[in-house]
Amino acid sequence: MSAVIHEDHHHEGPPAGFKRWLYSTNHKDIGTMYLIFALVMLFIGGGMAMIIRAELFMPGVQIVNPDLYNNLLTDHALIMIFGMVMPAAAGMANWMIPMMIGAPDMALPRMNNMSFWLLPAAAILLLSSLLVQFIPGTGVPINTGWTLYPPLSVQTGMGMDLLIFSVHLLGISSIMASINIVTTILNMRAPGMPLMKMPLFVWAWLFTGLLLIIVMPVLAGGVTMLLFDRHFGTSFFDAAGGGDPVLFQHLFWFFGHPEVYVLLLPSIGVLGLVIPTFSRKPLFGYKPLVFFMGFLFALGLVVWAHHQYTIGMSLGATMYFMIGTILISIPVGLMLFNFIFTMWRGSMTFETPMLFAIAIILMFSFAGVTGVMLAVVPADLQYHDTYFVVAHFHYALIPGAVFGLYAGVFYWLPKWTGHMYNEKLGKIFFWWTTLSFNLTFFPQHFSGLAGMPRRIVDYNIQYIEFNQISSIGGFLFGLSHLLFLYIIIKTVKGGEKAADKPWEGAQIGTPGLEWTLPSPPPFHSFTTPPQIK
Amino acid sequence: MSKSKSFLASLSAFLLTLIASPAFADYALNFPEPVSPLTSQMYDLHMLTTKIATIIMVIVISIVTYAILKFRKSKGAEADQNFHKSAFGTWSWILVPIIVLGIDLTIAGSATDALKQVEDYSQKNDVTVKVIGSQWKWTYEYMDDDIRVVSNMLSKEEAGDNYLRAVDNPLVLPVNKRIRFLHTASDVLHAWWVPQIVYKKDSIPGYINETWTIIEKEGTYRGQCAEICGTGHAFMPIVVEAVSQDKYDAWLSEKKIAMASAAAEASADKTWTMAELMSRGEQVYNTNCVACHQITGEGVPGVFPALKGGQIATGPVADHLSIVMNGSTKNPVMAAWAGALNDLELAALITYERNAWGNNTGDVVQPTDIKSARK
Repeated sequence: MSAVIHEDHHHEGPPAGFKRWLYSTNHKDIGTMYLIFALVMLFIGGGMAMIIRAELFMPGVQIVNPDLYNNLLTDHALIMIFGMVMPAAAGMANWMIPMMIGAPDMALPRMNNMSFWLLPAAAILLLSSLLVQFIPGTGVPINTGWTLYPPLSVQTGMGMDLLIFSVHLLGISSIMASINIVTTILNMRAPGMPLMKMPLFVWAWLFTGLLLIIVMPVLAGGVTMLLFDRHFGTSFFDAAGGGDPVLFQHLFWFFGHPEVYVLLLPSIGVLGLVIPTFSRKPLFGYKPLVFFMGFLFALGLVVWAHHQYTIGMSLGATMYFMIGTILISIPVGLMLFNFIFTMWRGSMTFETPMLFAIAIILMFSFAGVTGVMLAVVPADLQYHDTYFVVAHFHYALIPGAVFGLYAGVFYWLPKWTGHMYNEKLGKIFFWWTTLSFNLTFFPQHFSGLAGMPRRIVDYNIQYIEFNQISSIGGFLFGLSHLLFLYIIIKTVKGGEKAADKPWEGAQIGTPGLEWTLPSPPPFHSFTTPPQIK
Repeated sequence: MSKSKSFLASLSAFLLTLIASPAFADYALNFPEPVSPLTSQMYDLHMLTTKIATIIMVIVISIVTYAILKFRKSKGAEADQNFHKSAFGTWSWILVPIIVLGIDLTIAGSATDALKQVEDYSQKNDVTVKVIGSQWKWTYEYMDDDIRVVSNMLSKEEAGDNYLRAVDNPLVLPVNKRIRFLHTASDVLHAWWVPQIVYKKDSIPGYINETWTIIEKEGTYRGQCAEICGTGHAFMPIVVEAVSQDKYDAWLSEKKIAMASAAAEASADKTWTMAELMSRGEQVYNTNCVACHQITGEGVPGVFPALKGGQIATGPVADHLSIVMNGSTKNPVMAAWAGALNDLELAALITYERNAWGNNTGDVVQPTDIKSARK
């Protein structure tokens, strides 16, 4: 009898060759593909940032012409957001959520396959929108910034059409992924795991998925209207035809502001696992954290126009958006507070994921306070569209989203690969990347205050010092990621065997079931629902 | 032990950078000195929020540092598994939001007054200037005096250290007068911003936004376009020359005389020689057209068509005239110049384009031709 079962297991292994990946409906394989895709995009988007920083190292136009510069700027943002952070977070969700909640796989495995395989197609379209400018007769390159504001985006050439279709595909992909994740979380939990016992990462993704389902269609609608304006003379955004250029900004930011939380929440979820693990005590205030995440979700949907304080809204509308925006500090402040007090009276060790978590608490607090500064309308009428804003959102998104994902990578690499990563190299990577990140973006607050607008290819010599510090920091920051890649490849290939539960404190508080599985987990896990005591 | 020491050393170095930053907040690292009531208020608000931000950061960093030092496993710290169930753990979720709300309301309260003043349009204005952003220059219309000034960036050679922050014709304004700016744009979004005297409101085609200022000190104030507007976004600086009322009046009358004589000259039924038209045309071209079509007339391949040897400047005169006056149907970036330039300027410009850079078509366009084309 046991021999028969063994035989069955053998047949359930992964199919050989490319079919394993192309036809995959396995959450672990799809998760892996998401993560690899994100890693590739990290280097493409990062390479663009390196060109941007090289161009800004000196005043003058040296390396790229103004249009190519603006196009790289646009694509850097889109690739990092849609190509890197979102797929990486989706990859982690794919890998971890079914294992955490004791499900055999995602609820909709075939849709899972499709939502991943749309991404490479979207990436090809996105990159061709950049490259098409080198073919004569394709018009002005995309020089609008990632916000794609008309009328400028109506002037641009064929690249914009490719970009719009790419955004459509990215939108379809992330809506499908979100539906899949939300369905999995709501329907596939093992018996004995009510919602209020889910790991924080699962909660974070539930809110993220719901946010994406609400806001992605609005962006898709906005860019479709843009497409119609470009080719069919619809004048949605053309004042001369009775339209309104500002309407697009509202549509864009109705998507764009919640998108910030889409990027942040999964990483907050990772912190909610990493900090208790390495503090060896339960999360401080689990219920308030979940509740305030919901508050953040709701508030995030109704404050979008703080990105557009300068468009000339009425006094009443401006006041509303200002107060709403300042109130965001309440849920975010409580989250950071709870993380700090999870460490309080703990028994801490400082492995790489924990180092990232502590650095995130500090740097994200800093992004939070500059965020409150920016929320104050009269002051924002000065900060708006300067490097102060650039510095602020990189402090929010690199520690808040990207470093959170790095913490997740180091936290789960032993589980995914079955090997421990090299702790010493991990720590070197942490210090290298964190210090060079601060060297890059901290000075940009000052160039912004001194009056340097964002998105300019050439600048007056008074801004030279801060830009050079920033560029040197940027190159070091970029370079540190080669070490990151090396650590990952080395860990995948081999290394010290990881225990099923490689972290001493991993099972404390509201853990998932992932640590009850071997490292690496079998191709199919939890084929029968596990018992939760 | 040495490991943890080096960890702490690097951490405190990093924290020091964070803490120290607002401490060296002098004018090199901060906003330039404000010289109007509103920008001063904004500066004060900025300093208030910076101070609150610094205090919060100091508190956060202190607590985290203390926790890292005190609650280390390597120092034998044992985790208190019931800490989150203590009274503090049970009630902090109410306590923290109340404290944060208090800070929030302090900030919002002090911002409200400044915001109301920004939006206060009830006062009488002494000067009204309509600021029109277009790719890639600023046009100033003095609404009370019927004067129009086109402001273009100066080249590197002319501007020196102020390159990208210097223009040929600055906006001249009197000090200690209430000045109203009306912002709009002719093509895409722009944003007119001179940090010391005027905050930002976007220039949006089809919209008119309003800002105001009272400049308190004579001087030259510089700024740049703040909203991305395409290829030349980095190249549309703003300069305001603030002068005494007497100097301002003198400048106004001088400008009026110059504009009247230019208008008279343009509408005179005179037949101009090719040489005259060429030299005037070169001026018009260098002021209005070089940003896209380049000083060499070669344009930017694939983006801005070449005039040198191109179909537009060497083909039929009527087509050339039409595209300059009415804009291009194929390429929306090309503006319609019929409203912005007078008959003489248009005639000179087209003559110049048809004969410069070795085009040598020999065509001469007279102001009278433009006049008839306008009908």
